[in-house]
Amino acid sequence: EVTETSKKSIVTFSEIHHFLLSDTIITETQKRISNAFDVFDHESNKTVDVREIGTIIRSLGCFPSEADLHDIIAELEEEEPTGFVRYEKFLPTMTKILLERKFRPITEDLLLQAFEVLDQQKKGHLEPEELTKYLTQEGEPFTQEEMDEMLSAAVDPDKNVILYKDFVSMMTFDDTR
Amino acid sequence: MRINCSNRTSLKGRSMKAAILIQRWYRRYVAHLEMRRRYTWNIFQSIEYAGEQDQLQLSSFFSFMLDNVTQMNGNGPDLISHLLDSVVDPLTEEVRQLKYEQIVVSESYSGPRLSFPLSVTDTNALLSAFKEEQTLHGKYVLQLLYETKKFLKQMPNVIYLSTSYAKEITICGDLHGSLDDLLLIFYKNGLPSAENPYIFNGDFVDRGKKSTEIIIILFAFLLLYPDHMHLNRGNHEDHIMNLRYGFTKEVMQKYKTHGREILQLLQDVFSLLPLATVIDNKVLIVHGGISDKTDLDFLSTVERHKVVPFLDSFVSLEPPEPPREELEWQQVVDILWSDPKNQNGCSLNSFRGGGCYFGPDVTQALLQKHDLCLLIRSHECKQEGYELCHNGQVITIFSASNYYEEGSNRGAYIKLGPELVPRFFQYQVSRSTRKLTLHQRVRVAEGSALRALKEKLYAQRSELMAAFQQYDIDNTGRISTSEWAQVVESVLRLDLPWRTLRPRLARLSADGNVEYGSCFEDISPGEPIPPVTPNLAETLYRYRTDLEIIFNIIDKDHSGQISIEEFRQTWKLFTSHLGVAVNDQTIDDMARSIDFNKDGSIDFNEFLEAFRVVHKLDVKEQQQG
Repeated sequence: EVTETSKKSIVTFSEIHHFLLSDTIITETQKRISNAFDVFDHESNKTVDVREIGTIIRSLGCFPSEADLHDIIAELEEEEPTGFVRYEKFLPTMTKILLERKFRPITEDLLLQAFEVLDQQKKGHLEPEELTKYLTQEGEPFTQEEMDEMLSAAVDPDKNVILYKDFVSMMTFDDTR
Repeated sequence: MRINCSNRTSLKGRSMKAAILIQRWYRRYVAHLEMRRRYTWNIFQSIEYAGEQDQLQLSSFFSFMLDNVTQMNGNGPDLISHLLDSVVDPLTEEVRQLKYEQIVVSESYSGPRLSFPLSVTDTNALLSAFKEEQTLHGKYVLQLLYETKKFLKQMPNVIYLSTSYAKEITICGDLHGSLDDLLLIFYKNGLPSAENPYIFNGDFVDRGKKSTEIIIILFAFLLLYPDHMHLNRGNHEDHIMNLRYGFTKEVMQKYKTHGREILQLLQDVFSLLPLATVIDNKVLIVHGGISDKTDLDFLSTVERHKVVPFLDSFVSLEPPEPPREELEWQQVVDILWSDPKNQNGCSLNSFRGGGCYFGPDVTQALLQKHDLCLLIRSHECKQEGYELCHNGQVITIFSASNYYEEGSNRGAYIKLGPELVPRFFQYQVSRSTRKLTLHQRVRVAEGSALRALKEKLYAQRSELMAAFQQYDIDNTGRISTSEWAQVVESVLRLDLPWRTLRPRLARLSADGNVEYGSCFEDISPGEPIPPVTPNLAETLYRYRTDLEIIFNIIDKDHSGQISIEEFRQTWKLFTSHLGVAVNDQTIDDMARSIDFNKDGSIDFNEFLEAFRVVHKLDVKEQQQG
């Protein structure tokens, strides 16, 4: 690989990055990818339904947006879309994503800040209707199902509001368990 | 990406960025949950099917036993007759009927008293009684089974039904002993009647605790409404499956006096259940599925009560049967055990140990051959209670909710009218009134799956430790994740995503390697019997289900006791079949120590109880809780 890069006058960061990574790290990464892929490979024939790609990528620790996923899937689909993605195509793409650390995680602090931005009146909580309006109308809108599911976990049953600080702590804890 | 809080950025812009961030984060959280849900599912299914494959182990053990019968020193003939479970009783049908009528039911019995032919009063009485946790007296169970057997004898293998102009037929899938689900279906959808016909597509029994009540209700309605109630046979309507998966035990516990006779009658009734139902000559309903050899015309000619599913075919001492018998057996097994797959073709179902995986092309071909438009089957648990595949030509319908664990899945049933467009109805039996969030459901199911998996690891502890140590040359107690995953996969032979599961099963050390001893930390044994060495304890733990089955067969009068001699002989044979070295002295010591009251017989339930395990984390949680 070294001889390839020496032909160019400028070496990219990612090339140095790849060069410096040991084989072990790459192999371990690929094995993680393989395992995650296998969970959704129902036929045990190294293909998964294209609709599961987003779930697989996210379960490997990445936080892509819907638009990001759209681009990735376009890359992974066959010339004539079959509805399935093959492992041979998925592996290199996903390895690159993980090794380059694309779609970095959203930290607890950042998430809390986001909720605070939405809480314009600085009440310390959000009304279900407020949150619903933002999340189903702005950005990459939630479906009704996604919104209902989030509300069922987020809304305090006694006060009927979203105490977002508690919510964020709880979700972050649950996620790591 | 950072949220820019400067005044120059518009409020709308900021709130949009915040929304996107929350959405991105939440979708990732849900994906993580989904991953956990999926592998939890994989764990349950793998263990379930691996258990069914162990059945093959048991079958081959019986063959081995038969072959080695001469070593039994006088116990031979008795043992064979136990295994064959043959009806020693040479009563004629009339004499048998009279015998049941003459059974006296004591005055103190407060349960339903059936009178034949059955009426709506009887079925209502049964439903009320079972809701109150009452047990039907053995006399009536025998009479019911006897009448059911008589009735089923006249039924063909394939039943043809039609939807009259206004009628919808309700089709239910596996119930597996869950009375709550059956009652919920009747509650939502009404009781069976001429206006409300039902088809139950097999697997009524095993696993759940109310299998007896279920078949009593189903058979009662069958006799009451013979034209409007239909039952297909499932792979669990089989006495060897029942030995392993709990139905036999349930019957023996509920019916101490008449249990054995009930079980014998049940064997006959199960073998007489029809194999398939066809609606309007367009919709085929079978329990498992089909293969590329399936032929409904041939299936109609099979002598179904003679074709015993593969698991007990070994007990036949007759010479090899002609080729036709083989083909008949194949057809029936395919119907009861097959699963659909998404890729074309038809391959052997090694996962299950019987039947085939059939692809969309196989479905298409069969539907075309018989001019059908839809295949409805059951056999596989589905999260939503139902699932379509093969371009909508195959529907899986499963009616036991919370099958693996509380919250694991919904149950469903189908209603089909003359236009033959299926409508789906879902439900879930819930012990708590509070609705669980997605996360809570996943966590409960996952906990249960992981406990089951840890028990599997524990059951093969010595083998695993030996293999781990082969990689750990310097005896550090640590090996790489890769090596750990490789060992576990090859020893347990469960096709699971071990790397993804690793964080839940074993600890990492500071250097990123796996401390392999940590996979066994959470489990400790119950109270083992003193003279048993750890290795032997492990073997007993691993095979306790098989041992239980064997004991149940040997224990002819189902008293819970077997003689020390029988225990010794069986144990010797079992360990020699497994190739486990156990010397005679150890077995004798064990036998003597189990015989607590020194009367020459062993209470094997007590014996088996010793080989349970305790999950330490659970105990801690309970103590804190």
